[in-house]
Amino acid sequence: MIQQHHDPRFAAVDGAAVLAALRPCVAADALLHTTEEMRPYECDGLAAFRQLPLAVVLPANEAEVQAVVRTCHQLGVPVVARGAGTGLSGGAMPHPHGVVLSLAKMKSILSIDPAARMAVVQPGVRNLAISEAAAEYGLYYAPDPSSQIACSIGGNVAENSGGVHCLKYGLTVNNVLRLRVVNIDGEIMEIGSGGLDAAGYDLLALMIGSEGLLGIVTEVTVRLLPRPQKAQVILASFDDVQKAGDAVASIIAAGIVPAGLEMMDKPTTAAVEPFVNAGYDLDAEAILLCESDGTEEEVAADIAAMTAVLEKAGAKQIRVSRDEAERLKFWAGRKAAFPAVGRISPDYYCMDGTIPRKRLGEMLKAIAAMESKYRLRCCNVFHAGDGNLHPLILFDANVPGEFERTEAFGTEILELSVKLGGSITGEHGVGVEKIDAMCSQFDADSLAAFHRVKTAFDPDGLLNPGKAVPTLHRCAEFGRMHVHGGQLSHPDLPRF
Amino acid sequence: MDDIIRQWQDAVVAAQSPLRLCGGDSKSFYGEPSLGELFDTRAYRGVIDYEPSELVVTARCGTPLAELEAALADHGQMLAFEPPHFGAGATLGGCIATGLSGPRRASAGAARDFVLGTTLLDGSGRVLRFGGQVMKNVAGFDVSRLLVGSLGTLGLIAEVSLKVLPLPGMEVTLQLAMNECEAHIALARWIGENRPISASCWYDGVLSLRLSGATTAIAPARERIGGEVLASGEQFWREVREQQHFFFSGDAPLWRISLPALAAPLNLPGATLIEWFGAQRWVRGSAEIGPDALRARVAALGGHATLFRDSLPGVQRFQSLSPALQTVHARLKAAFDPRGIFNPGRMYAGL
Ligand SMILES: Cc1cc2nc3c(=O)[nH]c(=O)nc-3n(C[C@H](O)[C@H](O)[C@H](O)COP(=O)(O)OP(=O)(O)OC[C@H]3O[C@@H](n4cnc5c(N)ncnc54)[C@H](O)[C@@H]3O)c2cc1C
Repeated sequence: MIQQHHDPRFAAVDGAAVLAALRPCVAADALLHTTEEMRPYECDGLAAFRQLPLAVVLPANEAEVQAVVRTCHQLGVPVVARGAGTGLSGGAMPHPHGVVLSLAKMKSILSIDPAARMAVVQPGVRNLAISEAAAEYGLYYAPDPSSQIACSIGGNVAENSGGVHCLKYGLTVNNVLRLRVVNIDGEIMEIGSGGLDAAGYDLLALMIGSEGLLGIVTEVTVRLLPRPQKAQVILASFDDVQKAGDAVASIIAAGIVPAGLEMMDKPTTAAVEPFVNAGYDLDAEAILLCESDGTEEEVAADIAAMTAVLEKAGAKQIRVSRDEAERLKFWAGRKAAFPAVGRISPDYYCMDGTIPRKRLGEMLKAIAAMESKYRLRCCNVFHAGDGNLHPLILFDANVPGEFERTEAFGTEILELSVKLGGSITGEHGVGVEKIDAMCSQFDADSLAAFHRVKTAFDPDGLLNPGKAVPTLHRCAEFGRMHVHGGQLSHPDLPRF
Repeated sequence: MDDIIRQWQDAVVAAQSPLRLCGGDSKSFYGEPSLGELFDTRAYRGVIDYEPSELVVTARCGTPLAELEAALADHGQMLAFEPPHFGAGATLGGCIATGLSGPRRASAGAARDFVLGTTLLDGSGRVLRFGGQVMKNVAGFDVSRLLVGSLGTLGLIAEVSLKVLPLPGMEVTLQLAMNECEAHIALARWIGENRPISASCWYDGVLSLRLSGATTAIAPARERIGGEVLASGEQFWREVREQQHFFFSGDAPLWRISLPALAAPLNLPGATLIEWFGAQRWVRGSAEIGPDALRARVAALGGHATLFRDSLPGVQRFQSLSPALQTVHARLKAAFDPRGIFNPGRMYAGL
């Protein structure tokens, strides 16, 4: 179990005074402070990182959020926003001297405008609930993280979440039109507009993916899309992962933008098949799921084109879903990959690096070598279409040393992702988990710029402190300051 | 690092007074009048990396937009936001700094939607890198997208990585006689049916639509929508994008009004041309109602109005921001350009 670094800045926070000041802000049952009550909030989806906060508040509306934030600001208390707590990078992990501000009670869909294809929702609304509510109008909200039955739209905004369909339909940042945000002064900022742009800087883009460091999102206007008339998926198996990786690049090179393009390796299919009975080829080294959606005619043309590419790329078996039930069956295994892996191993650690597609094969080989180096198994699930990898490292937290080896394994994958021209995180965010890895991806100047951006919104550093952006001091300690082109930037400056 | 960038770093550090960033000088009309000494970005040019199968291109700011688009077209790809050039010399840097998008914006997304990464020379002469060359990347704040449309006020955008898309297999332009209201309703209905409409333009009682996609998808849409095929469709959309369409001629002030697509007709006194399924409305003149009243009306409908071309004495080019947003803007400017070296006042006074 890992606890947040001790942060001396907030050591003087007076817990009793904070509780007393928060009491008038929310209903009596919306302020939790006993260990027992707060236990469910001590971690998010990354359960290895835990910390109890000073208090948990659950405001019922925006005005209460403002009151809570103002109070915390006055008292100099950290505020950690929390949606559904499904985050996988410890972004919602509490601060020992801070307040967890849960948006879980703000879960109303405020309006759906079917003609304008927009929905206005509160931050605690579940991702899937938006599509469910829009279904009666033939509309849906496109970004579909695998956690969509549970995760909140506020959390999606904070993480810029993606899903299996984001190759064609974009990430959260491409599907949100407007936000209402409570800033650290407790004021409302309206960001974005009901149109397609807003005056001034694109603060909407800056706010999306900001991991609760810049403001508290209290209302989200999303763009809805008309449901495609038809969707069909190809299930292709390969006897070689490199070939499967090359097939992915060939599909894109052929001018096709599939609605989804996912890959699973052999250990993953072996784990999921008994779980979902999708009929996967268990002898295959890798399987690809390639989806097309649109009109009947478009789908037919895409499927034919993708089939041709896959055949040429050496697929040993190709199956096309015959109906909606079979399509969902093919997808079921992909969507259940994490829980299925959870059944074959006491614990697993999900990585989230992104690399250029053409480096997929190289990365897979390197991961295989790391498996022997760290004596741990790894199941690979990829959003192959956009080069986003989710290696799941299997370990047992009860075996001394395994978690440490797992972390080292993960760090090596992330550093390789950066080296291959990619990123340490494609969609799960930095949180506390990848904070040291940030030092490998960014140089000191760029990290300092992030701190200045943070300060522009939150001068006292009260919103989710210690997350997402490492201090330069921390990077120097970690010893992996990003070196660009063999040159340490500002070699003349003291290394903190 | 490149010699040019090193020289630029020195120049920025040495600068005692403002610099006016300029590429091909095609968009100087846009935004508030530029102040400061001319700083030409064209020397730093060329594509750095283009991998068609990755759908990503990285190029230097001085790269002519036409050259970049030609390189993409050679591989059957495009900048899907269809940026306006507004002049032969338009550069990639100016395209991203103004953040303007063309007819395909409403269906494909805006410039900001396609920016994956940037290299920025900030006001202290530091070279900063944000984002990257991959589709998905949530490490660090999304400063790259913040820079899109920042009009050079946060620094010199030196390099940009963009997501590109395959060119559509086929495009057909249809024209139908309709009034403004009918056009909004018809468009909303067809888009709701997932018809492959990539652009719309309503002007003077005629709705023009562009269908883009696979031949198989276009045929049924053509049948459903009806209207007449415009043979010179490609030229038509280029003229709309480049503001060479008849509507844009003359010298009455040009307002760009950004609104929810279905907002009711504004019924302003001047002529109107409507794009982006209703979300971008161009209005000429409208002196009678006055800029403040115009902006108040647009704001009430959830949008904002930009005085796009031709200045009016005492009228800001861009709609004012709320006090909370003004504060953030000023602090962001200070974060990237504390000495106010780059394009001061180009977006708002004091920024
Ligand atoms: C099984 C599983 C599968 C997953 N699959 C995917 C996937 O396919 N794609 C993907 O992108 N992610 C995936 N995730 C990760 C996770 O679900 C997403 O990051 C999700 O967006 C988090 O939402 P949440 O409501 O649970 O946020 P939380 O975990 O509660 O919080 C996440 C971050 O957002 C901040 N935050 C939350 N609400 C607000 C608010 N209103 N205002 C400001 N900040 C806020 C928090 O402070 C924290 O930093 C998966 C997770 C699990 C467990």
